[in-house]
This record gives sequence, C-alpha cells and structure tokens, in this order.
Amino acid sequence: MDSCLGYAKQGSAVLMYEDGIYGAIKGTAIADKIAAASGVSFYVLGPDLKARGVAEDKVVDGIEIVDYAKFVALSAENDKVQAWV
Amino acid sequence: MKFAIQVNEGPYQHQATDSAYQFTKAALESGHEVMRVFFYHDGVNNGTKLTTPPQDDRNIVNRWSELAKKYDLDMVVCVAAAQRRGIVDEGEMQRNGKDAENIADNFRISGLGQLVEAGIQSERLVVFGD
Repeated sequence: MDSCLGYAKQGSAVLMYEDGIYGAIKGTAIADKIAAASGVSFYVLGPDLKARGVAEDKVVDGIEIVDYAKFVALSAENDKVQAWV
Repeated sequence: MKFAIQVNEGPYQHQATDSAYQFTKAALESGHEVMRVFFYHDGVNNGTKLTTPPQDDRNIVNRWSELAKKYDLDMVVCVAAAQRRGIVDEGEMQRNGKDAENIADNFRISGLGQLVEAGIQSERLVVFGD
C-alpha cells in the first residue's frame, strides 16, 4: 500500500481488493495516508469486504464500495493498470 | 475494450484465481472483449481436469472451462510452468514420454510468446497474483 501510494498521483484510482480491503478500514495508519493523498480516488471491492466480515460502515468515508463490474470499468477508464500484491 | 488476463496463482491456495475469474466474467458480461487468459507459474494448476473439489465447494477448473465455452475464451497455460507442475496435453504427453494427459476442457498449452502477444494486442493486461 505504501509503495502504491508513492506512485499514485493526481487523477489516479486505487482499488483495494482481496486482503487489500483491510487498508480501507477506519482508524488504521493507512487511513491517515489515504486522507492525505489528494486527487487520488479510492475504491474497495464490496464482495471482498463481505468475505472478511468487514461492515460497510467501517470503511473510511470517501472510499467508494464497488462490485466486479466497476472493477472492470475502472480498469478500462484508467490507461495503465498495475497490481500491487 | 480489449482485455488480457494473467493468472499467477493456483486454485484453492490464493484468492487471485477467484478474483481473476470474477473479473473476467464481469468484463465479458459488460460487453468487453477478453482476448486471452494466460495461466503462468502456479496458475497452470487451474488447468488440470483431475481436480475433484467437495460438492459444496466451487469447482474452479470447471468454472473456467464453462466460461471459456460460453464466450469462446482463449485460455493458455504456459508450457514451461506446466511441465514443471505436471500439466500435460496430448502433445506434451507424447513429446515427453508420459502415459497420461490431464489438460481440462478449453485450456491449451503454449509458450510465453502468447503472453507477450496478449500484452501487445490487448489494451489492458490485468495481472492477478504474485
């Protein structure tokens, strides 16, 4: 997540999925970094939140909860796609 | 939009193959083209027809085969990764003197050039797994 945020710039989109969804939870050290990343849009994959028992109200405000169709749409809308594992 | 998908992880070990499947399915259902799914490293284990998961679990291999059949998907298993892990089609069986083959329906074994080509010909190459 740190290296991802290092590369993210104005207009970038960051989607958290699989175990990455833990980065979307309120009150963590990552949450502060997300708040500080101006001009970057953040998304989290709803099915992966659900699979891990993370309720939607635990997600940091401003992070959009999306489905797989939106995952595909984000991959199409942004001209470079990079996975961080 | 023309997508290509790379799957680097085996089934039932890592969520990457499930994510890749759901992404590929959603892309096809949204009307996008997926010109190839390339299975690399442990990802080649998605292509063995010998898997028999419990009936109440998802059948990851069959699920890929069915998606490929429905959408005429090109699913390519990396030959070098397949040889290491015992994923064998008719041609590989004869070439390497094996007494069995196990490639699942709608998968084919080919080389890394297929991944390079997918990277060039697609508009987005989406990678799942390490």
